[in-house]
Amino acid sequence: MRDEAALGTRSLVRIALFAALIGALGLVPPLYLPIVAGLPISVQSLGVMLAGLILGGRDGALAVALFLLVVALGAPLLSGGRGGLGVFFGPTAGFLLGFLLGVYVIGWLAPRLPGPPVVAAFAAAVIGGIGVVYLFGVPGFALIAHLPLSKALAGSVVFLPGDLVKALLAALAARSLARARPGR
Amino acid sequence: MMSSYLPGHSPLHRLPAGAKLLALAGLSLLLLPADSALLLAGALLAVLLAYAALGRRALARLALLRPLGPVLLLMVLLQAWAGDWSRAAVGAGFAVALRILLMVLLADLVTLSTPMQDMMDALERVLRPFERFGVAPRKLALAVALVVRFVPVLLSAWRAREEAWRARSTRRPALALVPGFLAQTLRLADHVADALDARGFGRPADRPSPSDKRTMP
Repeated sequence: MRDEAALGTRSLVRIALFAALIGALGLVPPLYLPIVAGLPISVQSLGVMLAGLILGGRDGALAVALFLLVVALGAPLLSGGRGGLGVFFGPTAGFLLGFLLGVYVIGWLAPRLPGPPVVAAFAAAVIGGIGVVYLFGVPGFALIAHLPLSKALAGSVVFLPGDLVKALLAALAARSLARARPGR
Repeated sequence: MMSSYLPGHSPLHRLPAGAKLLALAGLSLLLLPADSALLLAGALLAVLLAYAALGRRALARLALLRPLGPVLLLMVLLQAWAGDWSRAAVGAGFAVALRILLMVLLADLVTLSTPMQDMMDALERVLRPFERFGVAPRKLALAVALVVRFVPVLLSAWRAREEAWRARSTRRPALALVPGFLAQTLRLADHVADALDARGFGRPADRPSPSDKRTMP
């Protein structure tokens, strides 16, 4: 929250409501996707990707930071109803840090990548929401679990298909939103 | 109120938030080099006793840690695999898993016994020296309050959309719900921002001075 002038009431409230949205998505039951039959998907990280695509890099990262802060203060908003300081000592703490930087990369990349907006959004969500998130999450897991990096990576690969589906969903949802609210 | 805080009057509850946070930080540093599974299991037992002393509702919170189980198990298995399934490797795996569980339980103990507002106050005290660099504790406090207030609002908005979907379709709710929900969230954000500005929140000073006749843009 640097620079008072740059962060007006409108941005502040949008950041707060997106942080609330990420939290609310952590509490809804998993969605069932028509694409991958019967695969339940926690929608929380979808909210993180959407924050980057819709709010942009800076505000998206602030929304995720605010979400993590509220979780740290004790709100049970992490998917599965977890909250409090404990989550930052768990094995997936690196992924939480990855969210913060990943969302910034998503917001920065999406308008700069070539191609149709929905393809650019998908690519940005893959690079930022999966690439950057894993870049911090996997070494974090290896560090906390005292594991060689390769083994930690092997343990994380199971989440990759679900994350790819989420990146696609985020890109599609952001496109539908852009159509519903042109010139937002 | 949506919070992990458990009201109570235990000695742990009476400790100031700052002291508990510092103790947590200290313990996490102390535990970092601990490698003995026996020592860690003993510490875990002590922490579990502290939960038991806080009462049944604190013990019930342990059920929330269930999602951690598979991850910790995976961790032990990966560790054993990395060490070619030797006894020492399995032991090291258990030590790591125990240490993580211990830290998570200790941190949750702080959350359990400290009201959210006390945490916020402790945070504001830490941030106060940074005020001169443009960090605004007042805005941060408002943002936190907005998140806490709007999670239930957004949740019920989402549920309403799910119900409307179920009324019209036999299929399970899916992606089609997301864009409308997002649009609704952004509309809501704009309304709240207008309402805040109408009440003079966007003013540069904390309190509007009589000489400040500037209207909101």
